[in-house]
Parts: sequence; C-alpha cells; structure tokens
Amino acid sequence: MIPRHLLIALVVLLVAALGMTIYAWNIRKTVAATPAASVDTRPLAPPVAGPTEMVALFVANDEDGSLRPRAAQIPMPSGRQQRAEELLRALMSIYLDKSSPHVLGAGAEVRSVFLVDPGVAVIDVNAAFADTHRSGVLVEELTVASLIHTVSANTPGILRVKILVDGKERDTLAGHADLSDFYDVTAVNQLATQLAP
Amino acid sequence: MRWTNRLSLGNRGALVILILLSVMILSGAGPEKRLSVYSVAANYSLPIVQRDDRDYVGLLEVLEPLGKVSARTDGTHWHLKYYREEDDFQVGKTRARIQGRDLELPAKFLVENNRGLVSVSSLSTLLPKILGGPVTLHEDSGRLFIGSVATHFTASLAGDNPPRLVFNFTAPVNPTVATEPGTLRMTFAREPVVSPASPTLTFGSKAIPSANYSEGNGTAVVTVHSTIPVMASFSNDGRTITIAQTSPGTPAASATSPAPSAPAPGTSAATPQPPAQPAGPAPQVWRRYFAVVDASHGGDDHGETLNSSLLEKDVTVALARGLRQELESRGITTLVLRDSDANLSLDQRAIFSNADHAAIYIALHAASNGHGVRIYTALLPYSEDDRGPFRSWTTAQHSALALSQSAASAVAAEFQKRQIPVRTLAAPLRPLNNMTGAAIAVEVAPQGADPSQLTAPDYQQLVTSAVATAIATAHDQLGAAP
Repeated sequence: MIPRHLLIALVVLLVAALGMTIYAWNIRKTVAATPAASVDTRPLAPPVAGPTEMVALFVANDEDGSLRPRAAQIPMPSGRQQRAEELLRALMSIYLDKSSPHVLGAGAEVRSVFLVDPGVAVIDVNAAFADTHRSGVLVEELTVASLIHTVSANTPGILRVKILVDGKERDTLAGHADLSDFYDVTAVNQLATQLAP
Repeated sequence: MRWTNRLSLGNRGALVILILLSVMILSGAGPEKRLSVYSVAANYSLPIVQRDDRDYVGLLEVLEPLGKVSARTDGTHWHLKYYREEDDFQVGKTRARIQGRDLELPAKFLVENNRGLVSVSSLSTLLPKILGGPVTLHEDSGRLFIGSVATHFTASLAGDNPPRLVFNFTAPVNPTVATEPGTLRMTFAREPVVSPASPTLTFGSKAIPSANYSEGNGTAVVTVHSTIPVMASFSNDGRTITIAQTSPGTPAASATSPAPSAPAPGTSAATPQPPAQPAGPAPQVWRRYFAVVDASHGGDDHGETLNSSLLEKDVTVALARGLRQELESRGITTLVLRDSDANLSLDQRAIFSNADHAAIYIALHAASNGHGVRIYTALLPYSEDDRGPFRSWTTAQHSALALSQSAASAVAAEFQKRQIPVRTLAAPLRPLNNMTGAAIAVEVAPQGADPSQLTAPDYQQLVTSAVATAIATAHDQLGAAP
C-alpha cells in the first residue's frame, strides 16, 4: 500500500511535468513563428558615450592615389586594444560611406584587433572585406597602408602588423597586396610618406 | 637438330605449353615498384617490397648514399647509427627511439636477414628526425625529395607558324623522349622534376594544344599533345627543351640518339644527349637572359577584371610580348616567364628568375584605377635575418633593393620624358621581395577613363618602348651588379 503523502507528491509532480511540457511546446511554437533576424554585417558604430579624443586617421584617396591624414574626434576607450579597434571602426565608417574617396565593398568590417607583445598587432578583417575588395596593386596597397598606418600612428610601440581574413592567413588581399607576411611598420611609415599628397 | 628429333610428339607439346606459360607469366608480371630518392648528395632508386599489404623499403639503403651509416641487430632491437647519433627500432613494433625521443611509426618495423625495413609512408616523419632537414614524400608515385632539390619548369609557346613549345627547367635535365602519333612523352627517371601549379597546361594552339604532368613509380612524365609531328631538342646546357615540328623527311626523334632498347613498333624512343641540337640552326650555347619579363597572373588567376570582356592576365601577356620585342631589338636577351594562359605560382616565378641570375626582373600588371604608369619596388616584410650563407626567402631582395630603386627611377624618368604620368612606389607585391637581383613591377593604367585603351597597340608600344629604353640605358649598371 503506497502511503497517501507519496501518492499526493507523485500526482503533483506529474501535473507539474505536464504543465511544463505544454509551456515548452508553446514557447517552441512562438519561436518557430518568429522570423529569424537578418544578419547585419555592417560594422558597429563607435560607442557614442565616453570621453572623446582627437586622433589622426589616414584615409586613402583613389582620385590621386594618396593617403591623407584626417583629424577625427572619436570616443576612445582606455585599453590599447579597444582603442585600436575604435580607430579602425572610425576609418571603416569613412570607407563605407557612399561619398568615400576609397570605397570598400558592402559588408566589409574589421572584426577585431589584437595587440600582442612585443610590438605585434594583428588586424582581423571579415571575408567580405577581402572578397569585395577591388583588385589592383595601388588600390590594395592604399587599403593596407591606411589600416596599418592609422593603427601604428595612434598606438605607440607597434613594430609589425599581420592582417588576417576571417581569422585565417590569406595570400593576398585581392590578388596583389601580400598578406602572407608581417608588415614592417617602419617600411609602411615610409610608404605612407610616398603616398602623401 | 638431333635432340629435338628424339622428343616424342607428346613431349614436344608439353615443351611448347611450358614455353607459352613462361611467356605469359613473364609478360603478366608488372614492373618492379621503386622509390626514387633525390638529394643534394645523390639521386638514386631503391626497390620497394610488399609486406602486410604495405610498401616497405630498406632503411639502411635509403641512408647509405647520404652519409656515414651502419646498423646492427641485437635480439628484438635493430640499432641504426647515422654519423654519431644512434637510433633504436623494435622488430615488429611501431615504436622507435630516434635522436633520444620516442617516435610512433605508421607501420611495424620489420627485419629480414638483418635488413631493417620501414614502411615508405613512415619516411616523411622518420627521415627529418634522422637527417635534421626537410623531406618531401610523394608516396603515391614513389618519389622522395631530401632538402630543397626540386627542379621546377615552365612551358610557353614561341613563334606562331609553326609554333614551338619551350620548356625551361631550373636545373639541367636529361629525360627519355618517346614519340607516337599525337603525343611526345618525356620521362624523367633521375631528375627531381616536380609538377607546375596545374598538372594540365593549355597553350591555345591548334598544333600544340596542351601538355600534362604526371608521376608514377619513381618517375615524372610530361606528355605533350600535338596535332603535328613533333620532336624535342635540347639547349641551354640541358635547361631548355624545345618541342617543334619535325622537318619534312626527318624521323620524329632525329635530334636524339637511339635508346639502348629497341622501341616498340610505331614508337620511337631516345635518350637525348644535351646539348644535342636539331638540324639547321647553329649549335646553341648556354644563354643567360639579361631581363626576365613576367606577365603577372595567368590560368585560374585572372587578376583584375578591367571591364566586362578584358582581364588583367590577357593584357599582361600582350605587354610582355611587346616588351620582349622592344628589349630584344635593343640587344637585350629576354625571357618571358609566362607566354600562354598557364598557371605559374609566385614562388616558381621567383625561382626561375633567381636561377637564371637575370640582371633585372620586370613584372607587368594592368589596372583600371588611376592614370598612367606606376613603377614598384619591393616593400620588404618584417623578417628574420639571413642565416649564414642562406638568405631569407621573404627578404631575398634586401641586398638588391637599392639597384631596383635605381632601375625604377630610370624607367620613371623615361616615362616622364614621354609625358606619361608616372609614380614610383614601394609595394607589398610578391614575388618582388623574393628576387635576389634587381626587380621592379610596372602597373599600367589607361591615360583616360577607358580601360580598353590598355589593349591599344599604340599605347602598349609607348609603354613597352619606354621601359625597354630605360633598361637599355641602365644596361651597364644592371649588368655590373654581382
């Protein structure tokens, strides 16, 4: 003979299990009915809050094949790595604008920047950045020089820079600019001088 | 014959059957499997034996031509001594102790008559530990490369009527050549010839439409397909093989000496003796090209799509041919690296130019962006320093960079004289950084907004003659470089 209190507990548990099953079923139906949010591959806008700083962005210009410094007041976090990421996001927002002097493809994004001691920066761009990039020695070189010079000019101590695409090594950006090696920041700074208008 | 007369009819029948069976067995036996080993010390071939459905080879035989080696059996252990290092293998086990460290072999180690056998598949992991250097194994084809010994090659068409197919190798070669209707086959049994970027090369010619590369049983084979009878001739100290139409009345392989074995009916086979020459022209001598002109991209790599019907790879070939003509007319010997729609890796381009010790390497690019011409020299990557006599591959250009910049300035000055907009820049553009001599890249953009100007003969001639004039002017300076 099952004691009465055990019988009551069993019934309560069964009712609870049944209730949770019905609840889970409803939740599942609701989720299935909700359309999946489309993936927005556009770069995130820099945070609007926080202290701002005046920085120099080096912007490529296809018209005369130059790299021009452009002062920008952007919110800058305190961490070195986050600062480097904000710099490149600000640069990307210029390149993704319709009136950009050096247009990058839709969906191009700098995923992250890693600063590795001693003096190594790794810039990781997404696949769309490289896949939609225009091909040509100068046009690819301008993009690479712009990214590296902007980071190195505003982040002291960087000696070499590696560019990855979707976290992986790639031979070239779009058939010309070599991405298989580390860029020497000193050499890129000299190139930036050559590319000055 | 008296003894045959003594054989009865039954005995004669048995003898005939025995002979027939022997012939059938012998003819059915496949060729012996072999492993070809290529190294700086020696190139040699070893027999492969089958054990437990795997290919095995004698380890001592592999190492003997490479250095001082000995072996002894001690119970279930087989000890190998290579110079001063001693390694230990356990008979019937996969575990071995190499250079004081345990190593797991992919198959059991075997000993037969005191001869240590290792599986061929284990050589790629075992030999680097013993020899202390890189080893590349082509297991399926039985080819083992110890160190950087590979011989690369390019193939390009020269001349239109009749066309000639020119193979350039990075080292002298001496293949066995066999021809049959529609094909010419070159078999490289002793040379470490390796595949081009694509095993199938197409040339866009009706007479010689394609060639393909294959490997098997320790050999590399290049097969040229043709619709005309062709023959092979050797020049440039065995580094160049030219496939050209057979002269009327000339046997297919007349340029080569007969092979020791008789060729099969309908097939002529020969072992060439470089520098054997085809009849007609004066004997060629070794030719160091002063300039190497590289039509960038090619094959699967289209470069920039300049407009809906124009690809960068096609413009660069046209420019390269034009530049060769301009340079040759100024007395400058010129090699065009890519003269067809072939895949050619950046490393191969650098290896060819460096092996030729060309005074200058000129890469040609075309672009729709901007106006005029851009002259580039290498933007060297961040790299380790050279090690002793060995140069870092990624910064091989370092010692010649000043010379390259000087050549770039000379070319830019020539464009300025002709009032063509020009800029000189450094660029992260391979293979400029891998070149040991002067190296520049020329990127040609239209003068206006229409990319189709890049195909205009007048514009191409303007550009190529400017480059050629500048190179001719700087000839002495470039030629004097070490």
